[in-house]
Amino acid sequence: MSFWRSNRFWAWVALAFGVLYFALPLIGTFEFSLRMKRGEYSFEAYRVILGDPRFQATFMYSVMMALLTIVMGVLLVVPTAYWVRLKLPRWRPVVEFITLLPLIIPAIVIVFGYIRMYNTSSVLPLTGSAFGTDILMVCGYTVLALPYMYRAVDTGLRTLDITTLTEAAESLGAGKVTILAKIILPNVLVAILSGAFLTFAIVIGEFVFAALLNRPAFGPFMQLIGANRAYEPAALAVIAFSITWLCMGLMQLVTRLQKHTQVKQFR
Amino acid sequence: MSASSEPINNTLFTASKPSRSFAWLGILPFLIFALLFLILPTLNIVIGAFQNPAGQFTLENIQKLFQESILASYWISIKISVASALLGCLIGFAIAAAIVLGGLPAWVRSPIMTFSGVASNFAGVPLAFAFLATLGRLGLVTVLLRDWFGINIYAYGFNILSFWGLTLTYLFFQIPLMILIITPALDGLKREWREAAAILGANGFQYWTMVALPILWPALLGTFALLFANAFGAVATAYALTGSSLSIVPIVLFAQIRGDVLQDPHLGYALAFGMIVVTIIANTIYLWMRARSERWVKS
Repeated sequence: MSFWRSNRFWAWVALAFGVLYFALPLIGTFEFSLRMKRGEYSFEAYRVILGDPRFQATFMYSVMMALLTIVMGVLLVVPTAYWVRLKLPRWRPVVEFITLLPLIIPAIVIVFGYIRMYNTSSVLPLTGSAFGTDILMVCGYTVLALPYMYRAVDTGLRTLDITTLTEAAESLGAGKVTILAKIILPNVLVAILSGAFLTFAIVIGEFVFAALLNRPAFGPFMQLIGANRAYEPAALAVIAFSITWLCMGLMQLVTRLQKHTQVKQFR
Repeated sequence: MSASSEPINNTLFTASKPSRSFAWLGILPFLIFALLFLILPTLNIVIGAFQNPAGQFTLENIQKLFQESILASYWISIKISVASALLGCLIGFAIAAAIVLGGLPAWVRSPIMTFSGVASNFAGVPLAFAFLATLGRLGLVTVLLRDWFGINIYAYGFNILSFWGLTLTYLFFQIPLMILIITPALDGLKREWREAAAILGANGFQYWTMVALPILWPALLGTFALLFANAFGAVATAYALTGSSLSIVPIVLFAQIRGDVLQDPHLGYALAFGMIVVTIIANTIYLWMRARSERWVKS
């Protein structure tokens, strides 16, 4: 009995330590962000940062990048994952390995490769124009999101009997595009959404790609503010943390909704 | 994979089906994308590492990696990655064990797992700001320790822009990642094993060292390797926190890409190549160990 009691005691110690370690930086950041006006707590730092036209511009830019990345990721991953499961099960290890590569190769190396491969004197001089660089950014972010997106969609597909669904749709005269858009996509929508929220959280504050490709994204803006201001960075950290929290919360929410709507016994 | 039940259909995909060998065309867009934006750019760097400016094959760049300043960069990078991975594993394990085995109330688990999901993705520039605001010279904890307890951590040589500062910051995403990965493994420890060990006369310590840890060992080592790679490749947090004052490999590479600080582009490629080698080793250990640990967790 005393063994269990001491076990529980140490469990509480570990938990208390964890709560302390994770709560202090969050409290500290929030408290710091309120200190801009001398002698009183105020939301002055938030007012300044939210009113900064560069904040609005870079934030909107990164939101656009995130949305484009999600669209591109869905267009790339859903047909591929579907096709691999339906027709190319032997290719599965290859495709899965490729989707895991972005976790193995550091992002900074990938962007270094882009700069070398797509520079102005190359065959495909994407970095030569702002538009071309934006395309490169979306492709790069899609690569970063690939492991999460692919795993989410592939897990979503696992719960479906795609062979039967495909045959049923084909016998009714549906083409492959129709099948993907009207049958597969709605069925893995929840998986896509959970991948999409994670992608959004990753892209919105991404720094390395944007900084090295010289695009006006939110990540480099935050870094710039951090190098030059005192209290605004803390406000930015609070904002960024809220966005991450929101994305993860929404992700959990859709996953929970999925659990309610799916008949799990048949898995 | 039924081949017979397909009706005659005019679309490109089904038309190619009877011959079967064209089915791979369906993943061609994906393969081209991966080739253009993942594999070729990486190969480009790797090849560059083995070329001289004239484009001929050479090992000179790799040899240059072994000069003192670059070795020092790798060494401090590896030290920070090992320290943050090791502490992340230990603390994450302790918290996960507290949740799964420690007899804490059941409602504790869900918020911790949710928070771990958030915190493991909260890296980069804002994380650096959070720790500056907490443990910087004017940070909340620094000030509270000074005013309440009379402890000036900066007088004791602590600096957020240092090895321990960076390690402490990295732990904010390392610990949650460990919790997320190891909790399912701990769930996989069967109650029967503990009971069987107890019946055979093992005490708690013996159960852990002779039953639980040997089972968990691959998962622990694998996660350690993953956390290591995670810290080793991180750029944004370190850059926003320390600028270029701490010359870890990703920071040196970042500066090199921006302005050729090494004054040798091909040495830059070699530096990046070295990073790939380190993360490949770490991830190989991770994947290998994960495959081994799944044998136990699955059943």
